[in-house]
Amino acid sequence: MSVPFYVSPEQLMRDRADFARKGIAKGRSAIALQYADGILFVAENRSPALHKVAEIYDRMAFAAVGRYNEFENLRIAGVRLADMRGYSYDRRDVTGRALANAYAQTLGAIFSSGGEKPLEVEILVAEIGAGVADDQIYRLTYDGSIADVRGYAVMGGAADTVAEYIGEHYTEGISLAGALRLAVDALGHDGTEVRELTPDQLEVAVLDRTRTQVRKFKRISEESLAGILSESSPAVDEKAADSDAVSDEGSSPDSTSDAGDSGESSAGDAPVAPPADDAPVAPPEDPDDDRPL
Amino acid sequence: MTSDASGRLPEAFLTPGGSSFMDFLAGHAPDLLPGRRSLGQGDLSSEVPHGTTIVAATFPGGVIMAGDRRATMGNIIAQRDIEKVFPADEYSAVAFAGSAGFGIEMVRLFQVELEHYEKLEGATLSLDGKANRLSALIRGNLPMAMQGLTVVPLFAGYDEDIKGGRIFSYDPTGGRYEETHFYSVGSGSLFARGALKKLYREDLSESDCATVAIQSLIDAADDDSATGGPDMLRRIFPVVGVVTADGYRRLPEDEVAALVDAAWAQRHERPDGPAAGSLT
Repeated sequence: MSVPFYVSPEQLMRDRADFARKGIAKGRSAIALQYADGILFVAENRSPALHKVAEIYDRMAFAAVGRYNEFENLRIAGVRLADMRGYSYDRRDVTGRALANAYAQTLGAIFSSGGEKPLEVEILVAEIGAGVADDQIYRLTYDGSIADVRGYAVMGGAADTVAEYIGEHYTEGISLAGALRLAVDALGHDGTEVRELTPDQLEVAVLDRTRTQVRKFKRISEESLAGILSESSPAVDEKAADSDAVSDEGSSPDSTSDAGDSGESSAGDAPVAPPADDAPVAPPEDPDDDRPL
Repeated sequence: MTSDASGRLPEAFLTPGGSSFMDFLAGHAPDLLPGRRSLGQGDLSSEVPHGTTIVAATFPGGVIMAGDRRATMGNIIAQRDIEKVFPADEYSAVAFAGSAGFGIEMVRLFQVELEHYEKLEGATLSLDGKANRLSALIRGNLPMAMQGLTVVPLFAGYDEDIKGGRIFSYDPTGGRYEETHFYSVGSGSLFARGALKKLYREDLSESDCATVAIQSLIDAADDDSATGGPDMLRRIFPVVGVVTADGYRRLPEDEVAALVDAAWAQRHERPDGPAAGSLT
């Protein structure tokens, strides 16, 4: 009988986290962005059938990156939970907070149980309220940590780079067209080379509080997306210069690695923070650090 | 009820399955399904409120569904402003006659059923598919129908394929029948259908079609004690739902009031309503 190697709990958790992060980092990014009349979701997704963004309930939507089968299963569970609650109580009693909690418990339990593989997903639960101040965006990671995000949230492969770009250009109360242009530009700025994404590479949906129907979720079709995007031009030159400047300035190891691992080929190990010994298991949830996680 | 003690999503929620909310309830929470309850013995029909008359009629590009506002319990008027016409989803309407409690529950379950499918599949059911789901729902209620708690719905919707409205009627065993042009269910339906026969034309405009539906409800109330006519004192008027390519829309209160007032004024001249010619 062989004696199993001793593995410290810290090491075990870190390995599981690294595993999950690597899986997520392979995916393309998804963005949720608060605009004046609701919340906009933009995901880079070449498949017209396999959605990353979906409706959960009247005022709630779901967005995810990572392994499709895993987050699809979570999405279906969320729809079942919401419909069940709405049917047995009332439509108003279905809240984003309850759903985000259920997801957090589920992800957390799976992450820390030895028997199951951690889910390689990151998800957003967004809920619109009566005004911008009442909107909620919850961001959940593979280990069940949950963060209440204001303004915008980015998940997926080059989340940090994309979030940085949005952070530089985002203003509160932005219009839908402005938010859409910003999100599409940001998704294109996920590496050293700036890409111009076309409508067929994007999946776009909104939770629009001005909709008269009870259900506020609406997908924006490729045609209307092309229409909205054609009214504004991509801020290529200025941004390209900008990002050049940033990468030139950035002499810290962090920013160089950000710039370096943008390419497709190296995406596999890209945005994963180098596993320093004292690296936290999950990304920090620091409210003072105003960059979304 | 919806999550286990740890707050984690219950296993049933994460188990792959079909897209039907009713099937999910049957497996996970069967007590929430209307047909799964045991009742006492005997005929209960005069002990609970019953909804009465519903009419539906198509017009070019859509369909109208209207219902009176009365619920009766034996000889008692249980409610004067009950609503029996509802949107089933964005492109269809459903209404019920019969046991009001079960009818309302059935409508709620049907609405969730359609929405649930739409969210899980990312596509809406065909109009026939929706009509068949409603059949399955009624079939589950059969034991109660045998005790006098019948629910007979009427379903109508806009069919994208034929660019027009369609009407489906049901029997208490879940039988589904497509009706052409117009139909009526409930205690006053015989009188309403008689009126519709004389007033209906295929080329009615949306607002004329609404007037015809209202006239037929007034005729039903004229001869059936369980059907409520327009309540001119309290200004309680029929609920009128319209489904077209633009979706379901409930006619606003003041629009219905104007149509009712016009019909009412005409009946001051001729109490039986508009007369149809003998040969034209």
